[in-house]
Amino acid sequence: MSIDSAPDTAAPPPAPAGKAATKQNLRPGDRVFLGLARGSGITLLVIMAAIAVFLTWQATKALTENEGNFLTTFEWDPNAEPPVFGIAVLAFGTVVSSVIAMVLAVPISIGIALFISHYAPRRVATPMAYVVDLLAAVPSIVYGLWGALFLVPHLTGLYEWMDAYLGWTGVFEYNGGAARSLFTAGILLAIMILPVVTNVSREVFKQSPKMHEEAALALGATRWEVIRISVLPFGRSGVISASMLGLGRALGETMAVATVLSPSFMIETSLLDPGGGTFAQNIAASFKEASPAGIGREALIASGLVLFVITLLVNGLARLIIARRKEYSGANA
Amino acid sequence: MTDVTLDKSPVDEAPVPTTGPLRQPRLPNWAPYGIGALSVALGCGIGLVAGLESRIQWGLIAAALYVVVTFALTTTVEGSRQARDRLATSLVWVSFLLAVVPLFSLIWETVARGSKVLDGTFVSHSMNGVITLQPGGGAYHALVGTLEQIGLASLIAAPIGLLTAIYLVEYGTGKLSKAITFFVDVMTGIPSIVAGLFVLAFWIIYLDMGYSGFAGAMSLAILMMPIVVRSTEEMLKLVPNELREASLALGVPKWRTILKVVLPTAIGGITTGVMLAVARIAGETAPILLLVFGSASINTNPFDGAQSSLPYYVYEQWKLGNEASYDRAWGGALLLIAFVMALNLLARGIAAWKAPKSGR
Repeated sequence: MSIDSAPDTAAPPPAPAGKAATKQNLRPGDRVFLGLARGSGITLLVIMAAIAVFLTWQATKALTENEGNFLTTFEWDPNAEPPVFGIAVLAFGTVVSSVIAMVLAVPISIGIALFISHYAPRRVATPMAYVVDLLAAVPSIVYGLWGALFLVPHLTGLYEWMDAYLGWTGVFEYNGGAARSLFTAGILLAIMILPVVTNVSREVFKQSPKMHEEAALALGATRWEVIRISVLPFGRSGVISASMLGLGRALGETMAVATVLSPSFMIETSLLDPGGGTFAQNIAASFKEASPAGIGREALIASGLVLFVITLLVNGLARLIIARRKEYSGANA
Repeated sequence: MTDVTLDKSPVDEAPVPTTGPLRQPRLPNWAPYGIGALSVALGCGIGLVAGLESRIQWGLIAAALYVVVTFALTTTVEGSRQARDRLATSLVWVSFLLAVVPLFSLIWETVARGSKVLDGTFVSHSMNGVITLQPGGGAYHALVGTLEQIGLASLIAAPIGLLTAIYLVEYGTGKLSKAITFFVDVMTGIPSIVAGLFVLAFWIIYLDMGYSGFAGAMSLAILMMPIVVRSTEEMLKLVPNELREASLALGVPKWRTILKVVLPTAIGGITTGVMLAVARIAGETAPILLLVFGSASINTNPFDGAQSSLPYYVYEQWKLGNEASYDRAWGGALLLIAFVMALNLLARGIAAWKAPKSGR
């Protein structure tokens, strides 16, 4: 007691003096270090701001010269006189290929995540989790190369099949030729985002409360019922945000789509026929033809800005869901 | 105590009528394997008979058969609840196989086709003067480019990322750190091509600089920063507060506490995070395409003139569209995968090696 009270009586002023006093009392080394650390943080903010400012600025340069309607024109000819370009086809292709990727990848990812967290024997699960981690690190260009040289030739059979049984819908018509379509891009994107979605979902499933599972088991539930009533409800928001992160990745993916898709500036009603394009793919494909003299590069930047905004929204939403979940699980813990 | 007697009485009054057998009929343990083998055989059989060329269809038929047969069989033998359980199990297994097959095919194809060209000549020669239709040439120039670009990017991104993470964990309270946390999250989601476009707009169009490895490195740094911040932040948070308090109580200034106590404790995890970030940016193609422009000859100066890089090399060779260049593309892809995997394994190795010391 006496030891505790001694410093209190000896130095009463510092505590109530508050922030102003402690700031002035900083040692020079501390001040420099804090400055460096804060400066780096501010640099990051400045970079983000600069990205938005420069993209917007260059984009407006292109948009003022654009003779077509930026949102509805089915053409990309910024080097022509007068320049005409629009993002209708690109927006369609980006959304459609990403949605295909999501529809294919999310259920399978949940399956793999459940496999690793609840079904596989431990001997299999640990290396499996490891392999999925490593696969997330495979560069996108390698997926692209594999997609173009291996997947595309192997998909024609499947597409003929889909044409035969689902062709009547009009969406799955296939007229032969190389399978370099939006659907192929979607399949490849699905394979690429599988590891991402799986990793996040697996983490969430692993955190699901053991007590709930054991309670369900004790009541005689089968393994599926345990998962349905205790694991899935717990992991729902986690899975949603994982899918959104995957979606963000699929929306911005460049090389895999650029290698697999044979682009055209038309919207095909059939997803299996070649044609269409995505924002990122168009930037990669048109860049070398975009001469510095015209507004070719600025037009590409304008389309990039749209992509930037879309991915911002999707990722922001995903983070918001994760953040809300954190609060929720924090209250429970 | 009265409760116990009350509870007991209804049990005594109503003995449970045991009419049916206590054990439900179950499928034998080998049933899933049997059904699996059967459906694979049937899938191949149907595929052969119907003359379907694509193995993908064979696999899909087998998978569908497995799910349906399992469900039907369990429903008849074990009842609907068990059947639904088996259905879920078989769906999980099928989705696992559906995912594993393409992923292993990817690795297999790359290794099988890439190892054909990957030899001493490939890693020590450039494409300068090589006729693209013929075999020969190599990826030395691309390797040099990649190493220099990711080196420069790490030099820019690692210190900024590290210091930002230190700010967030050690100093950060208030609006600034909240804003930084939010924008780091946002930055993680930036598509690589957008980072490339930004540097294009800023460095090449606005400042009127030429294409160079450094321009590429800047965009890679933008992609790398948020990853470094995230992982470093996680690691710093793991350092127990007692260590900081002990050091501060001894009168050590805060900055020396961070440098001499906090960072050394977390250094294993931080290294791992930085290496994983490097592995991540090593495979980026899109910004390189926009900013470094590609070159067939060796350019060791990243600050002047076009360079190449491994991922760009793969793309370029694929685009040439002939057998010899496809082989080179696979060779480049194998080199790239090997590089990225080596970094990953090394990073995880460091993490595992340093883990017990990190104060947990």
